Amino acid sequence: MTGVPCGPPCPLPRSLTERPAWPTTAAWIAALIGLLSWPAIGAAGPPPEMDERMRACTACHGSEGIRIDEGYVPRIEGKPAGYLFNQLVHFREHRRTNATMNHLVEWMSDDYMAAIANWFADREPPYPDPAEPPRREALRERGEQLVRAGDADRDIPACQACHGERLAGVRPDTPGLIGLPEHYIAGQLGAWQVGRRQAAEPDCMATIVERLSERDVEAVAAWLASRPLPDNTRPAAGPATDLPMQCGSVERPSS
Amino acid sequence: MKRAVHRWLVPAVLLVGAVLVTALMTTGGGGELRSAAGESVGSTSADQVERGRYLARVGNCTGCHTAPGGKPLAGGLALETDFGTFRTPNITPDAGTGIGGWSQGAFREAMLRGQRADGAPLYPACPYPSFTHARAGDIDAIHAWIQSLDPVEHETRGHDLDFPYGIRGLLNIWQWALFEPDSLEKEEGRDEQWHRGRYLVEGLGHCSECHRDRGTFGAVREATDAPGGMIHGWYAPSLNSPEEAGLQQWSTAEAADFLRSGNGRDTAMVGPMAGVVFDSLQHLRADDARAMAAYLRKLPTAEIEASGYQARPSPETVKAMMERGETLYARDCADCHGDSGEGDAGVAALAGNRAVTMKNPANIVRMIRRGGFPASTPGNPYPHGMPPFQEYGDRDIAAVATYIRQSWGNDAPPVSTIGLAE
Repeated sequence: MTGVPCGPPCPLPRSLTERPAWPTTAAWIAALIGLLSWPAIGAAGPPPEMDERMRACTACHGSEGIRIDEGYVPRIEGKPAGYLFNQLVHFREHRRTNATMNHLVEWMSDDYMAAIANWFADREPPYPDPAEPPRREALRERGEQLVRAGDADRDIPACQACHGERLAGVRPDTPGLIGLPEHYIAGQLGAWQVGRRQAAEPDCMATIVERLSERDVEAVAAWLASRPLPDNTRPAAGPATDLPMQCGSVERPSS
Repeated sequence: MKRAVHRWLVPAVLLVGAVLVTALMTTGGGGELRSAAGESVGSTSADQVERGRYLARVGNCTGCHTAPGGKPLAGGLALETDFGTFRTPNITPDAGTGIGGWSQGAFREAMLRGQRADGAPLYPACPYPSFTHARAGDIDAIHAWIQSLDPVEHETRGHDLDFPYGIRGLLNIWQWALFEPDSLEKEEGRDEQWHRGRYLVEGLGHCSECHRDRGTFGAVREATDAPGGMIHGWYAPSLNSPEEAGLQQWSTAEAADFLRSGNGRDTAMVGPMAGVVFDSLQHLRADDARAMAAYLRKLPTAEIEASGYQARPSPETVKAMMERGETLYARDCADCHGDSGEGDAGVAALAGNRAVTMKNPANIVRMIRRGGFPASTPGNPYPHGMPPFQEYGDRDIAAVATYIRQSWGNDAPPVSTIGLAE
């Protein structure tokens, strides 16, 4: 097809003219099959001197995130590689909207995105201290309930059912929820509610946030941001076999 | 000021022109414009489709006919111009919203003569003044390739043009006055490679459409000393000036590699040109890249007119900007670009870099503000990226830009905060 340096493991083929017609079912199936071979990248191995190449990223995505006028820049180090790769693709394809990120990755190959995702996933700088827990007890309780147990009455699964009991994420595709400030978490949930952030179909996060009230978002964000760090901050090994929902971005292990 | 004059001048001139052209067309002067439409549709073969796919890459159809995040060729990209906002149409073979109903002859008419299938003239935002140089057989191959694709039903929003440009009929006058359908004539003393290069650069490649300024009515200016044009807020530097994007002082091999890889001589193509590399040039066959390089190196050179806002700050202001620029440079830039702008492996040198010293400072301003990565290509798979400096205010950007334009032997005009707004 093209000269794009993307070997056989290339998860989501990118070629403008042959790009699959999203989001047809066939294309998503193809993408998921491609993801099975994650996270191997080009046979030549990772590019050298990635810390130099990644200055454009680390200038803002430092270990604690850096506030800039446009909004909070999240910590991305240590997040699962598959998750990071998917986000880079989403930014390139404008399924996630952020003018800076959309611009930076506009002309980037899948192969380079895979290398970038692996590089950030392998890094583990220290986390910042957690925030103070929410003052209002009702908010605290609601946050803990949603994260730990969900709300069966409203068909809301627990955050930890997918993001891991330690909330450190699950390899390869589910991000951790620790070490993120409250307004970033609230901002992302809000972005999903209004369609500014999307994931591969079926977009389970989009389904879940529809069932969250404004207060729920506030409670979850505040409670998550106040979690003390677990001893082990690495993402858990693999997705559970009994995930509560089917997510297009997450490869479901055969049970 | 310039725009205000247009508003009165243009309708008056067009009205007179309309009468003239209508008279001409009814007396048969425009009859030949339709001649190719009726030609029989040839049979398509897999070879032809493949050739069309390649030629469509050379012409970079997807670059304009795909909206950000949209389906390929389904249209919707907004092009901001002096005349208003154009939105590219859907050119997938959907019968209702695309060009599925266009015959081979109709497609030729559009590409070579700027006529839509319904007979209406096309705006020259579509680069048919360049495509007109293409051979009919190549246009037919692109048509065959497009017709082989999956149709995408996607109704695009129409253009939002200022008065009177929204009146499509007036384009008949524009075409009559400023557009000449023609193929390129053979030039004595030039070899086959040069001719192939010219064919690709001036025809399907349509390089001039961005790399040359446009005159009063939006026609590409022919003069070799015309500056480049603006596209998506970036300046497309002149190919006639070795001080801008001219490749006259490069070897053919170097220039060919530059086109396909997106980098060379310690510099890389960024901004919209990175998109051209990504979507189009990296796919060039080696012989075609060499041909384009051979032609581009032989383009006549010229001293380019200044373009963009020309800053005239006082010496005191420049001194203050230089001091501020030096401080910011030492803090934020020197780590990668070096204390003396010497650059590093994969990091552009700023000393002696023509992208820094070009008269029009739009691109360094864009680069400081937005950062960016060059395209990932086989020749440059993992390019270094430049971080965006979004926390910089206009004063900071002007200061740093002025500092790098006037240090280490660089001698370019300063950049003022007023100019940033332009």
